[in-house]
Amino acid sequence: MPTKTVPDRNDGNFLQEVQQASEQNLTRCYQCGNCTAGCPLSFAYDIPVNKLMRMLQAGEKHAVLSSRAIWLCASCETCTTRCPNEIDVARIMDVLRHMARREGLVAEAPVRHLWDAFLTSVEKHGRVFEVGMMANFVKRTGRFWTDADLAPVALGKGKLGLRPHCIEHQDEVQRIFARFREQA
Amino acid sequence: MSVTQYAYYPGCSGMGSSIEYDISTRALCKSLGVELLDIPDWNCCGSTPAHASDHLLSASLVARNLAIAESMDVAGIITPCPSCLKNLKTTSLRMQRKAFHDKVESIVERPVRADLPIKSVLQTVLEHCEPEAIASHVSRPLKGLKVVPYYGCIMNRPPDVMTFDDPENPTSLDRLMTALGAEVLPFPHKVDCCGASLGLVRRDLVTTLSGRILDTAAALGAHAIVAACPMCQMNLDMRQSQINRANHTRHHMPVFYYTQLAGLALGQSESCLCMDKLCVNPADTLRLVDCPAAEERTR
Ligand code: SF4
Ligand code: SF4
Repeated sequence: MPTKTVPDRNDGNFLQEVQQASEQNLTRCYQCGNCTAGCPLSFAYDIPVNKLMRMLQAGEKHAVLSSRAIWLCASCETCTTRCPNEIDVARIMDVLRHMARREGLVAEAPVRHLWDAFLTSVEKHGRVFEVGMMANFVKRTGRFWTDADLAPVALGKGKLGLRPHCIEHQDEVQRIFARFREQA
Repeated sequence: MSVTQYAYYPGCSGMGSSIEYDISTRALCKSLGVELLDIPDWNCCGSTPAHASDHLLSASLVARNLAIAESMDVAGIITPCPSCLKNLKTTSLRMQRKAFHDKVESIVERPVRADLPIKSVLQTVLEHCEPEAIASHVSRPLKGLKVVPYYGCIMNRPPDVMTFDDPENPTSLDRLMTALGAEVLPFPHKVDCCGASLGLVRRDLVTTLSGRILDTAAALGAHAIVAACPMCQMNLDMRQSQINRANHTRHHMPVFYYTQLAGLALGQSESCLCMDKLCVNPADTLRLVDCPAAEERTR
């Protein structure tokens, strides 16, 4: 697996920030590698998850936040379940994604666009409207929709609604998003 | 049987891609005396996109649903979807902290107690009715059907949040399927990840991960996979043709929701259980249930 060799200015606050936002104590990580051994996406990661934890301890902010791995993590909770030191590794992966967004370091832009398209749909309708979400995703990324072969199947099975299921009080959900943005 | 009322959170997929899970869940609950009251005007919990973007946003989207459910006269909130379940339970747990609780309330602009028990439908059904008791209601035993139980990665994990069954080797589905008369094969991928929503951006990851699950199920001689998660079911069923193309395999492995097979055993009709919504046609597999000897003939 290729490892990043770009030197990183050690950012002493970084570890602190991550620990605070995730409510985890990363100093307890002794690099046993359990998280990586169980991670189903290890084969696709540029940096294995245990190495990310080590780099966090060392304050390698830029390298960690610009890794592809944090965007390919499927939030499967295996690492959290198996860490002998009760570190909620999956929650740390979440927090790293939050920080990477804020720092503009998103290495796997399509994943981010997909999630943004999903949330836009929820904000608009109160529930996710799959067809609208995919259209929005294609618009954001300019990518060909690679699942076009599934559309006729899903339509035929009545699993792809062509109209959104709007909730009655969409405005309440819209206000949640608005107030969240004010606070952020 | 006694009747207990729960606030029901169907989740967005239950309105579309997993409509057969929603319909068969309602049918199973009805037949076992678990009464479901839909949370009125529920909204999306935000799923992974919300918690991967911000924990406060994720909790606030969940909390509106908690608040509405708290105004109902119910024993708790239940949902069939593990992803919704994890979000609901995580939020409720994090809201035990006053500072976070206050922040969420200020965004939702409603009082939220976050004190209702939250459970999966699977847990609720099994607590309400022991598998042995369910067995006594079986009118069409799943005899002759060999299945592998696939729980998905988050139905039981992380254990501190989900507090149900074993996080590495859960057995609730095994016990239920056995009670219904099916033969449950030991399955090493019970809680392994299917690739989740990565299929939309990196299909190769899903064809690898879900492909492995199909390969093992087939190698074990299973007639079907029994699933409990809409995302897993969709990856294994709707994407099975993509997986076959990518991996040069020829799987024809039906992937049922456990609620569909339970309904079948309890005498509900195939049309009521929306068997026709499955992408991999289960007709041949369902014939085994009626006539186990059919398997020998087709070999
Ligand atoms: S499992 Fe826990 S202690 Fe072991 S390397 Fe991973 S984070 Fe560190
Ligand atoms: S939660 Fe993410 S990092 Fe942890 S094991 Fe699963 S995919 Fe790997």
